[in-house]
Amino acid sequence: MVRYEPIIGLEVHIELSTASKMFCACNADYFSANPNTHVCPVCLGLPGAMPHANKKAIELAQLFGLALGCKLNNFSKFDRKNYFYPDLAKGFQISQYDLPFSQNGKVEIKTGDKTKKIGITRAHLEEDTGKLTHTQVDGRNVTLIDFNRSGVPLLEIVTEPDMRSAQEAKAYAQSLQQIARYIGASDADMEKGSMRIEPNVSLRPISRHSEPFNVIASETKQSQGKLREESHSKKQKKDSSSKFTLNAVNMTQNDTWLPEYKVELKNINSFRFAEKAIEYEIKRQGQILDSGKIPAQETRGWNENRQATVSQRSKEFAHDYRYFPEPDLPPLEFDQKYLNRLISQLPELPDKKLERFRKEFALGSYDAEILTRSRELADFFEEAAKAGKKHGIGSKRLANELINKKTDIEKILPAEFVLQIYKTSQAAQIPDDELDKIIRDVLSQNIKAAEDYKKGKKTSVEFLIGQVQKMTKGATNPQKVKELLLNKLK
Amino acid sequence: MFDLTTLTIKEAAHLLAKKQVKAKELAQASVKRAKELNAKLNSFITISEDLALTQAEKVDQLIADNQKLNPLAGIPIGVKDIYSTEGIKTTAGSKVLENYVPVYDATAIARLKGADAVIIGKTNHDAWAHGASGENSDFGLTKNPYDLTRVPGGSSSGSAAAVASSACLAATGTDTGGSIRLPAAFCNLVGLKPTYGRVSRYGVIAMASSLDSIGHFTKTVCDNVLFLNVTAGRDHLDATTSGTKVDDYTKDTEKGVKDLKIGIPKEYFKDLDIKIKELTLKAVKTLEKLGAKVEEVSLPHTQYGVATYYIIQPSEVSSNLARYDGIRFGKAREAFGAEAKRRIILGTYTLSAGYYDAYYLKAMKVRRLIKEDFDNVFKRVDALICPTSPTLPFKLGEKVDDPLQMYLSDIFTVTQNLAGVPSLNIPCGFIQDLPVGMQIVGPHFSEKLLYQVGYAYEQETKWYKRKPKLLI
Repeated sequence: MVRYEPIIGLEVHIELSTASKMFCACNADYFSANPNTHVCPVCLGLPGAMPHANKKAIELAQLFGLALGCKLNNFSKFDRKNYFYPDLAKGFQISQYDLPFSQNGKVEIKTGDKTKKIGITRAHLEEDTGKLTHTQVDGRNVTLIDFNRSGVPLLEIVTEPDMRSAQEAKAYAQSLQQIARYIGASDADMEKGSMRIEPNVSLRPISRHSEPFNVIASETKQSQGKLREESHSKKQKKDSSSKFTLNAVNMTQNDTWLPEYKVELKNINSFRFAEKAIEYEIKRQGQILDSGKIPAQETRGWNENRQATVSQRSKEFAHDYRYFPEPDLPPLEFDQKYLNRLISQLPELPDKKLERFRKEFALGSYDAEILTRSRELADFFEEAAKAGKKHGIGSKRLANELINKKTDIEKILPAEFVLQIYKTSQAAQIPDDELDKIIRDVLSQNIKAAEDYKKGKKTSVEFLIGQVQKMTKGATNPQKVKELLLNKLK
Repeated sequence: MFDLTTLTIKEAAHLLAKKQVKAKELAQASVKRAKELNAKLNSFITISEDLALTQAEKVDQLIADNQKLNPLAGIPIGVKDIYSTEGIKTTAGSKVLENYVPVYDATAIARLKGADAVIIGKTNHDAWAHGASGENSDFGLTKNPYDLTRVPGGSSSGSAAAVASSACLAATGTDTGGSIRLPAAFCNLVGLKPTYGRVSRYGVIAMASSLDSIGHFTKTVCDNVLFLNVTAGRDHLDATTSGTKVDDYTKDTEKGVKDLKIGIPKEYFKDLDIKIKELTLKAVKTLEKLGAKVEEVSLPHTQYGVATYYIIQPSEVSSNLARYDGIRFGKAREAFGAEAKRRIILGTYTLSAGYYDAYYLKAMKVRRLIKEDFDNVFKRVDALICPTSPTLPFKLGEKVDDPLQMYLSDIFTVTQNLAGVPSLNIPCGFIQDLPVGMQIVGPHFSEKLLYQVGYAYEQETKWYKRKPKLLI
């Protein structure tokens, strides 16, 4: 029985959150807008209309590249990717072919206790398409097109085929989402479609000479030459001389060898679906290989109802997109001064922040990981830690409060949050006999309220708590005061 | 009061300023003449009479209010039907866009409207600007006003015929491989192909984006200057427009050619029709007489011009025509004519995987060599004089069944598009009563110099005064 290991690469599309679209001045925030209201001659592809590039989108794309550890190209350009689809207004998509803004990066992921680096082949900028809706109008089956999304800036991030399990793929995608949010490039919301992931999955037999779940990043690096096809498929083409047949598996193949087919998975709008779809594929392809056949090169979509991937379109013949340089947009050159400015704009990234939090605030890995999940929470914690020093409240205590009590950081300022904790601890510091005296005083001054309570008006106790709080200037724990009061009122 | 057939923009602007003629009268006369001649020439696809008269009335009001106006204010002009005009049908000469009405103006049109020029209609041309004769329009061929049995040259055929027949005083054109200069030569007109990036392409339906130049036809050099003064300049909607400072083209026009160095590129004269050669060299002699210094120069890659052009141009065409799918506007792709289909197939092939390197990439390399030819030659001379067309205006139908012969009409004009340099066609005489033109070619952004040379020659010869006999 031959065993297989999954070879997984990811293509991820992330919409950049710019105010206007990639090549025109239309509002890019199309979510829940009426169809075809955010459109103009450019994004509708009307005759004569020409694109002009959005500087902010280019900056965000490059910043993203930096965050992925990529090298930014000093010279870059846009290309036309020619293909027909009704949602593509111009009959071509403006994209980047051989000179993307950034190339050759790495993203570190964690699955369980293991960390692993996933190679980033490239990150290039392109434009989103319109949206098709298949529906019925007056009893007829029709397809409606909404061009609000047409021309929204879209960053495509392509990995090396470095992942070996659905969990790794999921961890990588989550990591990208986190980075997108950290650098303010996108909300990267899978449900809204501002982040879309397309795993490429194939299986290869495990050779005797290689460890099954090895990291292979460096050997599989793509050569930097011109490529006429999408990265993953090109390499497979190049290697297709090494036939993958089961009765003659070449056991001397090393880790750089890739199967001659791949299956691209689409229609995935959550991390969980991605995981399930990949797992399903691994099982499905394994069964086909076991039967002595090779899975078809194709695009399959995840069908949640059927809990299965279903064939969408055969990819036996690679699409010829007839790329050529976009003549309407002059090539772009970036000097070192510009690139340095971008580098200085790059915020601290999640993994760096996590390390720093561990050291600077003496936090455990678990706490540091939670606190750095979002930049907002991390910033809140840091602000709170600063304020905490004034009141002698340690960062560990603040971390516990934040994590365990699930504080809504949007509803309170860090300083207020610290003050609350401070007051609560002050309350504990009022000596019991002193508090007892205050309570007795309050009861003797508010006889009517005390009697109302005894008669059954339970809300009176709240009034009494308020009076105690007033006397102690809020430095008491209301819960504790309530207990003491109720004891006295028995 | 005025005779449209002899009127220039300069003179008309003078009459309007002196209040000796009303813009509305000019517009009416122009529209009337356009309508009358259209049966014979078929210069216009659409005559926009109502809009023209409204626009003219507005100009008259401005004049009555003593407003300072652009010299183009109140001037009746024709617009090639490949420029988007808000509210006026824009067909690109093709059935595909037979009923397409743009919702916006091309930048050049917006600027012309801003200068209060009066658009009297949309002129006929080869469908999608594919052609050298005007016979490839889906709305019928246009005839040469100087000889109704001959072609006016293309692709901007209707614009040339309209100005030559004085249906309007100027008209816009597009020049991707000679589509302004060739018809200007065939119709005794001054036609400018500006430097690539000097005039915005935004809103002009693209043929081949890296080659398309947005220019115009007039009767005289001075008129041509006034037009470019309005259309030239950077446009943020066209990223390929240049930030290079725009000259005031009216300056130095009359400076003369004394001590200017004029180059005669030998490759353009080698196998040239003997009569055209004689006429062109006679023009060179005239410039020499006026004080220019003439020398023979070489542009060694000229012979690869047409081959290079017919790789790059169809490649871009195949991509630019992809949006005409009949989904959002216009008709479906079966409505394309044979020539558009030919170029779509050629271009799809040359961009295909496995052929890209051999064709498109190679052509781009040769293009660079051709551009370097011009860069080198302009280190030695200020401008070049060369023929515009290898032949006289040919007979209608003569080349319609032979695409290669038709393509070769552009043999002297495509190289300037590949290099992006400006070129001005100037009438340089007649052979058998048929007009002949020559090109004045200069370095990038040297339009002012081209006008200077052109004007000096024009003043000596005044070929523009010779009107088409059939129409007077």
